[in-house]
Amino acid sequence: MPAVSKGDGMRGLAVFISDIRNCKSKEAEIKRINKELANIRSKFKGDKALDGYSKKKYVCKLLFIFLLGHDIDFGHMEAVNLLSSNKYTEKQIGYLFISVLVNSNSELIRLINNAIKNDLSSRNPTFMCLALHCIANVGSREMAEAFASEIPRILVAGDTMDSVKQSAALCLLRLYKTSPDLVLMGEWTSRVVHLLNDQHMGVVTAAISLITCLSQKNPDEFKTCVSLAVSRLSRIVSSASTDLQDYTYYFVPAPWLSCKLLRLLQCYPPPEDGAVKGRLVECLETILNKAQEPPKSKKVQHSNAKNAILFEAISLIIHYDSEPNLLVRACNQLGQFLQHRETNLRYLALESMCTLASSEFSHEAVKTHIETVINALKTERDVSVRQRAADLLYAMCDRSNAKQIVAEMLSYLETADYSIREEMVLKVAILAEKYAVDYSWYVDTILNLIRIAGDYVSEEVWYRVIQIVINRDDVQGYAAKTVFEALQAPACHENMVKVGGYILGEFGNLIAGDPRSSPLVQFNLLHSKFHLCSVPTRALLLSAYIKFINLFPETKATIQEVLRCDSQIRNSDVELQQRAVEYLKLSSIASTDVLATVLEEMPPFPERESSILAKLKKKKGPGAVSVPELDDKREGGELNGGAPPISSTPSPSADLLGIRSAAPIGATPTSTGSLLVDVFSEAGPAAPSAAVNDDGFLSSAPPSEDPDTLLSEADELLNKFVCKNNGVLFENQLLQIGIKSEYRQNLGRMYLFYGNKTSVQFASFTTTVSCPGELQSHILSTKPVEPLVEGGAQIQQVLNIECLTDFSEAPLLNIKFRYGGALQNLSLKLPVTINKFFQPTEMTSHDFFQRWKQLSQPQQEAQKIFKANHGMDTEVLKAKLLGLGTALLDDVDPNPENYVCAGVIQTKGQQVGCLLRLEPNGQAQMYRLTLRCSKDSVSMRLCELLAQQF
Amino acid sequence: MQFMLLFSRQGKLRLQKWYVPLSDKEKKKITRELVQTVLARKPKMCSFLEWRDLKVVYKRYASLYFCCAIEEQDNELITLEIIHRYVELLDKYFGSVCELDIIFNFEKAYFILDEFLLGGEAQETSKKTVLKAIEQADLLQEVRPHVVTLHYE
Repeated sequence: MPAVSKGDGMRGLAVFISDIRNCKSKEAEIKRINKELANIRSKFKGDKALDGYSKKKYVCKLLFIFLLGHDIDFGHMEAVNLLSSNKYTEKQIGYLFISVLVNSNSELIRLINNAIKNDLSSRNPTFMCLALHCIANVGSREMAEAFASEIPRILVAGDTMDSVKQSAALCLLRLYKTSPDLVLMGEWTSRVVHLLNDQHMGVVTAAISLITCLSQKNPDEFKTCVSLAVSRLSRIVSSASTDLQDYTYYFVPAPWLSCKLLRLLQCYPPPEDGAVKGRLVECLETILNKAQEPPKSKKVQHSNAKNAILFEAISLIIHYDSEPNLLVRACNQLGQFLQHRETNLRYLALESMCTLASSEFSHEAVKTHIETVINALKTERDVSVRQRAADLLYAMCDRSNAKQIVAEMLSYLETADYSIREEMVLKVAILAEKYAVDYSWYVDTILNLIRIAGDYVSEEVWYRVIQIVINRDDVQGYAAKTVFEALQAPACHENMVKVGGYILGEFGNLIAGDPRSSPLVQFNLLHSKFHLCSVPTRALLLSAYIKFINLFPETKATIQEVLRCDSQIRNSDVELQQRAVEYLKLSSIASTDVLATVLEEMPPFPERESSILAKLKKKKGPGAVSVPELDDKREGGELNGGAPPISSTPSPSADLLGIRSAAPIGATPTSTGSLLVDVFSEAGPAAPSAAVNDDGFLSSAPPSEDPDTLLSEADELLNKFVCKNNGVLFENQLLQIGIKSEYRQNLGRMYLFYGNKTSVQFASFTTTVSCPGELQSHILSTKPVEPLVEGGAQIQQVLNIECLTDFSEAPLLNIKFRYGGALQNLSLKLPVTINKFFQPTEMTSHDFFQRWKQLSQPQQEAQKIFKANHGMDTEVLKAKLLGLGTALLDDVDPNPENYVCAGVIQTKGQQVGCLLRLEPNGQAQMYRLTLRCSKDSVSMRLCELLAQQF
Repeated sequence: MQFMLLFSRQGKLRLQKWYVPLSDKEKKKITRELVQTVLARKPKMCSFLEWRDLKVVYKRYASLYFCCAIEEQDNELITLEIIHRYVELLDKYFGSVCELDIIFNFEKAYFILDEFLLGGEAQETSKKTVLKAIEQADLLQEVRPHVVTLHYE
């Protein structure tokens, strides 16, 4: 048995411990322990009164057994007895047992508190300290109730010994942390602050922890501590390394106290008093200077202690965020550490730089270290250091370096540790969205993400890419093409199948022109993945299939065949079975029109906070993502517009069919056909607020709005909707206007959604629609809008439209409301353009050229040659031409690069036949657009409109 | 600081000090998890890691790992030196301390820790002052209590 026990060696205890150590197995150990427990129990129960020493020894054995991980259910009473022993070591063991093994046995607590009370009033500093240690270790509510008022007295009493003061300060801190309501501020508080001036460094060290905690909760009451802390810090920083004797640690004067002082100062803003502030800045500069001095010792303890102070000083500099000079110096210092041979320093430098990156003064300075950080991400051997490097890259990312950083993160993901993959994926997704300048890059990035780390791509990430593709029509064709290509991979991740199914179901038509991605090819590709997917993905695919039936009537038979087979229609999963049955039925009985309505393209999602960002926040806790939030303000104009939520969005997983948005259309099918009849009866009750210019079809009502108030970008907004029917028409800080519209023949119906983006009510909300110039299209609001729009609410208005004759001016929409007392007035053009009344006309090459020749009068033709305003991607062009409402004719033009379209514009009085030819010149980035229509004004107008689109 | 654990290379817990109220079950779970995490790390790795919402600072001395869990705003490097100072105190008290000293005199290890850290905060950072307090207490053990009282009054 090794005789290593020191002091009052308890021989029996040492024997027992060494017995346990000699046990060869867990069973043997348990056997030995049970034997000992039985022995102790019999001693405690025995008739013979135990002497203090034996009691102490047995209590100590019990403690040992407990610390080994075994339960102890007796001996508490004996331990409490030891507390009142006159022998110091017996008392000490008693307290230790209580500290480790308290339970809330109320009877016992009363006895323990009694013993503590006796020791606190014993005036014996050693006993007082033991009692205070016990309170600090246990920190229970019962103890706080008994001693919370007593301890402050001990702490500030003039005759209390230093060691007792130290224990009292930290004991009070513990009670304040567990039961702040029981520690009452009072006359003692000001005296506590003055402990910062105490001569005894130990007292200051202990007291400052208490003061820091109290300051955080009651900053005003403790603000005098700032100047005291600054002068104390200044004295330490300027002292020679030997001045503070035993408080100097490896040649660093009072490192713990220095750190605590700097920490305390972080509870407050920069000192207002110029002298104090000057002194503090001097201290911080001295600390930064010292970092450049040669080390006084080669020991790691020396550099750790010195750098601990340096990092705390940098934290304070960042906290103040007001001294550009210090911030940049801090950044340079950390930059040096990035390449230090000590892993610990590299880790901390990366961590600290993360916060520096969010300061406007040092953001640029941090960015200069990008190569080093990327290198750290690639080469650090320790995953926790790599994690810090990834965090820093995320924090320093902005528009200028986003592509580089995202690319590096993506390539790192291929080999990243499993533990940090999910977070990395979220970060890449957020950065890609936030700094996307072209959306094809965004789509590529997310699809890469799914390819590389599909398992870690959470729902939020793939929901988000779909939301964005749906809301951005300029990327839809590209997205369709890219997912189609990605799905070609022999093994692709299920998340890719989800995204692919959703996007092809919505936008597969945009790539269907290419025989390599013809409707059937698309369908077969999707269906080849079907059997390997989970139930939710299969459900999504079934919805994509029914959407295909609408998009591509030629796939109907094939898809019906699939839906009809037993594995679908009799699937044991209720959801799948129901979808198969319903979709099959829908596709067989519904007319093309009904199908087209029910299966219409999904409406845009309301803009709102990125769900991915919300997820990262949840994962990292608030504050952890403060950097991108700051960027939001700085950069603005990113993809999601930084708009606050205006309504809850149905998640894209809900259903491809978007039942909710389809409902109002389906609910009023009868009125569509009898529009004109309903016009007057429904207009009758319209309040004057929703005044409508419907006095007569040919009345030349002047525009009701002063043209000055017309939004300057009204034409631009109008142009956005020439080739699409749904989307966000307008958005500012207060209001968002969304549009959904549908046209049939010469009739149209438009749903306007007014969303209040603020949390405040809009009052006297009125909208007026008017047609400028000659009234050529007839517009009627069937319902006035509610005059009150609550904060965050959205209201809807329906307009019925009839095209009487061809027209060139769009109707005007005027909106007035009161927001916080101020009248808001807004006029925009409603996106009703002549092409909305197109009916596509399919024709053969022969017919086309015959018609073309017939329309050969010079005024029937309009032509424009113009520079491309957008990309010249084939799929995008095709999508736009289809969105125009005409039929896109294949194999007509001898030059396959050219596009030809045909359609008839339906007005009430006449039909206008239109032919279109678009000739792109990729090299020159130019187009030639030619229109021939049976009515010359239509040729002109269409030519004007379309020249803006390509 | 929220807690401090000392454990051996074999994963045996030698000392545990908790500065926040937790159930025994929770303590055991945390201990198991952390011991495993720390033991799995390679020698040259950095001494800090993120764990749940805390920061863990650890260092190995011979066969023993010293491991502290601190909060978000706490200073990692100074915590590393807290560990070192505690090791110095044990070393001075036992005279080149080894794991066995801590096993056989576990109560002393706790007493020294209480003199140095209280409620998770540094109470007295001077090595001399802490050791003087402990040695004085050791002197008290064979002395009659009334002598003690006389001594201080």
